[in-house]
Amino acid sequence: MSVLVKVPTQLRAAAGGEAEAKVDGATVQEVLDGLFALHGELRARIADDDGSLRRFVNVYLAGEDIRFLDGLATPVADGAELTILPAVAGG
Amino acid sequence: MAVSHLQCKECKAEYPLEALYVCERCFGPLEVAYDHAATRRDIGELRRRIQGGPQNIWRYADFLPLAGGPPGPSGRLASRVGLPAGCTPLIRADRLAAELGLREVWVKNDAANPTHSFKDRVVSVAVTRARELGFETIACASTGNLANSVAAHGAALGLESYVFIPADLEEQKVLATGVYGTNLVGVKGSYDDVNRLCTELCAERDWAFVNINLRPYYAEGSKTLAFEIAEQLGWELPDRCIVPIASGSLFTKIAAGFREWTELGLIENASRPGPHRRWQPRMNGAQAEGCSPVATAFAGGHDVCRPVKPDTIAKSLAIGNPADGPYALELARASGGAVDAVSDEEIRAGIRLLARTTGIFTETAGGVTTAVLAKLAERGDIDPDERVVLVITGEGLKTLDAVRGTFETRTIDASVESFEAGVADTARVG
Repeated sequence: MSVLVKVPTQLRAAAGGEAEAKVDGATVQEVLDGLFALHGELRARIADDDGSLRRFVNVYLAGEDIRFLDGLATPVADGAELTILPAVAGG
Repeated sequence: MAVSHLQCKECKAEYPLEALYVCERCFGPLEVAYDHAATRRDIGELRRRIQGGPQNIWRYADFLPLAGGPPGPSGRLASRVGLPAGCTPLIRADRLAAELGLREVWVKNDAANPTHSFKDRVVSVAVTRARELGFETIACASTGNLANSVAAHGAALGLESYVFIPADLEEQKVLATGVYGTNLVGVKGSYDDVNRLCTELCAERDWAFVNINLRPYYAEGSKTLAFEIAEQLGWELPDRCIVPIASGSLFTKIAAGFREWTELGLIENASRPGPHRRWQPRMNGAQAEGCSPVATAFAGGHDVCRPVKPDTIAKSLAIGNPADGPYALELARASGGAVDAVSDEEIRAGIRLLARTTGIFTETAGGVTTAVLAKLAERGDIDPDERVVLVITGEGLKTLDAVRGTFETRTIDASVESFEAGVADTARVG
């Protein structure tokens, strides 16, 4: 399954300057692992040592926060769009 | 100016004072850091400078993140530039206190700002900093009050503005935004959807989103509520503050303001022995049950908030994914306070309670805050001798639906007979 991952500006330097990446995976976790395989520096930026997402990272699948779905275990469809964004906005 | 740099709240990495809001190393939020070495040299002079300053938030310029000081050609003229916010009334509410079995309750009425909510404080600071940084367009993601304020500040300062709101916002808040000639965009979805969209747009546009890329500066404006409360109480801290929580920014920054002044030695009762000696007030957060991620996490003993889909009449607090939730939880626990939630019915009752005991008509967010005060008093959480400050953040005329149908208007003919028959024979007027 090929998924388009949108990388926020704050992480683009760690993603070779890219704003997007095409990654294969059947779940959000697999897609993120695929992203980290492409750009190793990203892992430490958005994931804790235990593999969970840092508390100020939001991940959206087709615009829906994955915490309203199955979190990192959420299945992803071919052609889906995964967006990583900072959580510290708004209010 | 004492402003020094931006610093990550999590990993302490330092950044220049630019339009940045996220740490590139750990994704944590950035906040403004100050060097008060010069400020603290003469506290007497600092107090005189504050007291001699303009009757608005710029009297606290030493504690705000502006490189060039207050706007305008001089500190005095700051009162005449843009839409000066702040210096709102702090009113002793003895009838409200008596009704709740408390001794001393004060109401900080921030509806008395130019666009009738506390948002004018944060927007004043963010927009002034945006101009220093050379931005020509301001923008925001809003639950309503911020929309009013950004649109008005854009008009006052001649800046282009874009305001993004949930499409189903209260009509009063929509009207009180569009009138200023802003580019008003209703987004189909919740505030959290609006916020996500604006976070994405922020990366694509060279705009100052006051609560996104300018958020570190914006949030500092909320400290002025703490400074005013302390100054109005005679350089003293209250024992407890009740503050509404949406993102948690206001709640945490009010405490930060009290802490900053305590550390500088500006607070009298921080060093005086006695029952009102305090380093920090107990901080009580107020949420609506229909959107209570912080109250739920507090009750469950968690240190992060699980996002929710809001469903409450308190739309100005309807943020299901609160950015400062973890810090709000830490603060409530560390200060000996709490975070409580109230039902829509309790919110309506809170609005009426404040109105009939103080003459202050607040919007739904103030109903939440007042209802939480009533709940804490009823639960016996507040010592009757405490000095409590209730922070009322917005104006009742913006959420009129909340009071519709809660009272009766008796219609009569324009004659004494009709008055005698229809009104005067009832117990209240007769």
